[in-house]
Amino acid sequence: MAQARAAKASTTAAGSTGDFPPFSQRHLLSIADLQQHEIIDLLDRAERMVPVSRQERKSHPTLSGKTQINLFFEPSTRTQGSFEIAGKRLGALVMNMSVKSSSVSKGETLVDTAATLNAMRPDVIVVRHSAAGAVELLSQKVGCAVINAGDGAHEHPTQALLDALTIRRHKGRISGLTVAICGDIANSRVVRSNLLLLGALNVRTRVIAPRNLLPAGIEHLATEVFTDMREGLRDVDVVMMLRLQHERANGRMIPSVREYYHFYGLDAEKLAFARPDAIVMHPGPMNRGVEIDPAIADGPASVITDQVEMGVAVRMAVLDALLPARNDA
Amino acid sequence: MTRALLIENARIVDPASGTDSKGAVLVEDGFITEVALGAPVGVPEGAEVINANGLILAPGLIDMRVFTGEPGKEYRETLQSAGEAAAAGGVTSFVMMPDTAPVVDDGALVDFLIRRAKATSKVNVLPAGAITKGLAGEEMTEFGLLKEAGAVCLTDGRHSIQSTALLRTVMSYAANYGMTIVHHVSDKSLTGDGVMNEGLFATILGLKGIPREAETIPLARDLQLAGLTGVKYHAAQISCAGSVELVASAKKRNTSVTSGVSINNLALNENDIGRYRSFFKLGTPLRSEDDRQAVIEGLRDGTIDTIHSDHDPQDTEVKRQPFAEASDGAIGLETLLAAALRLVHSGDVDLLTVLRAMTSRPAEILGLPSGRIAKGAPADLILVDLDYPWQVSERDLRSRSRNTSFEGARLAGKVMRTIVGGQTVHTHVEG
Repeated sequence: MAQARAAKASTTAAGSTGDFPPFSQRHLLSIADLQQHEIIDLLDRAERMVPVSRQERKSHPTLSGKTQINLFFEPSTRTQGSFEIAGKRLGALVMNMSVKSSSVSKGETLVDTAATLNAMRPDVIVVRHSAAGAVELLSQKVGCAVINAGDGAHEHPTQALLDALTIRRHKGRISGLTVAICGDIANSRVVRSNLLLLGALNVRTRVIAPRNLLPAGIEHLATEVFTDMREGLRDVDVVMMLRLQHERANGRMIPSVREYYHFYGLDAEKLAFARPDAIVMHPGPMNRGVEIDPAIADGPASVITDQVEMGVAVRMAVLDALLPARNDA
Repeated sequence: MTRALLIENARIVDPASGTDSKGAVLVEDGFITEVALGAPVGVPEGAEVINANGLILAPGLIDMRVFTGEPGKEYRETLQSAGEAAAAGGVTSFVMMPDTAPVVDDGALVDFLIRRAKATSKVNVLPAGAITKGLAGEEMTEFGLLKEAGAVCLTDGRHSIQSTALLRTVMSYAANYGMTIVHHVSDKSLTGDGVMNEGLFATILGLKGIPREAETIPLARDLQLAGLTGVKYHAAQISCAGSVELVASAKKRNTSVTSGVSINNLALNENDIGRYRSFFKLGTPLRSEDDRQAVIEGLRDGTIDTIHSDHDPQDTEVKRQPFAEASDGAIGLETLLAAALRLVHSGDVDLLTVLRAMTSRPAEILGLPSGRIAKGAPADLILVDLDYPWQVSERDLRSRSRNTSFEGARLAGKVMRTIVGGQTVHTHVEG
């Protein structure tokens, strides 16, 4: 069925989304807001966007005349860049705003910032913020579409979508697979979005981490929870590694990078417990030698650069779905 | 001598004496001079007569935990606006937390507040003195002088003293003056940067959790020190099943221990946070439904002595923020009674028990003559329509701040008249 879908994609004009019904959501704030059919719809739309970026003329100007603001309260190179390229390939006017946010020395409140930006009449605002729920709060105060590019430890919906697209293209399907996510589960927004999305698509999900990095109630969100990485990787189809923030391995949460890598770093020996055709993913940026052996990160099982490419396709699809081209253009 | 006041044809509900019966109350010179149950009484010449038409006549409520903005943050709340809200809510006396700017850690400030409240507030304002200077948890204040100035108890308000040694010292010294220590229990390091109850719901929202142990561990310490020092100790507000167990166990050995609960922890649970509704972000976090049930059971069996509003006015600027960055606190003076009556209407707790926790128990803990309908007591009284339906709307509230956690709630029960010292300070007017 996935082959059929891929075949369909290949026979349709790159980027053509004319045969998709209008997308039913105004914003993309969380995977939790999406129905299964909406997730699949977005993945199918993204599939159609992949060839656009592989063309010589990487242009598919359905967003011509629209204004996109990337509002990043937290520094991010790859996500901001990915949204910028996605918007530009669709012909939107893209403006990047990096706001130094500090809960200690706040000047303008988030709500004030939202009102200010809203007055500039953008068509879509892409927001990253360090506080969970901040993007949703902002969405309540503006009149345009809002895309969550990561809010605290809550959600990062486009990351989960690009991960799913990458898996689907490599495995030919998503449903029925077993996916292990390993690392700093407690503080990761990527985990929450992925567990919700994969759960909605009938994937068996596993989380693997030392107890200190497992949040309360995680057993209700993942199919299985492991503290032993080898056990957790046994026969999985997909291994997703998470970045370990260096400041967590300072003796307060984790004693040392050395010990963490020994028990939870992905190396060839541990990866051998997964299925022989397992793929290795990482949302980036990677800490080679902390959570992953460089030889694995750059090895044949790694699909990490594919994830980056799919990120642009997914963000183009999301922008296109939320800002449908009008016939009056 | 002011004109006498006779309230007749009332359903007198007085938790102190266990009374729930028809009758009349005579008020002269600000005090109750006669309580007549059953039989009709003669009307003294020239007396004003109020026909209660069967409404409940109860002692005015005593709210043990109210934050104001005066002095220092008058845009949030003044003694005058808090007094308006209190009168409308049937609260005839409230204990004012020392968390102001400047902090109430000096007898002169207590004296000032009492005078200021007499001049501007419709209800009795009972200042609490800070336990430590500046609420910093380091140096103790002058307990004896605070008491002489009129402080009704000692508390560090929303702050919790972390040093066990200092706590031992302050408890011992408070016992010296017979003062009650009212302590908010929260382990600072265990709370960390947590913002709501720890558990699945916090994990789903991506918010840092506060474990119940951040409350139970310092509570266990406090209860042991209370036994050691013999102080009158009141756990300011407890929120979880483990705390109820600890207090119940301590009460078996030590009759000088009492505990209170915020109406928020009785009426709401963590699910009310929904999608980051910051008006439900509170200093003592909303816990699970199991915890709420345990707290209700604690109220029913007497482990929990008092219910308070935890009235904490915060302006929009600090509340309309992402959940983790928003300030703690919700206002509650006007909704306290009706929210507590939910427990009565649902059949969870009987009327006398609920009212006792807001009248005679706080009066006993603080050593006040009010909180009862008895000859010689101050005439602080409320007439209540137990079933009066209404919907909370922030526009109608009298507080200067709008951060109610009951916005839109449909409640049953309203104060029809509030009397402080024999004077009517509020009458309900049909909107």
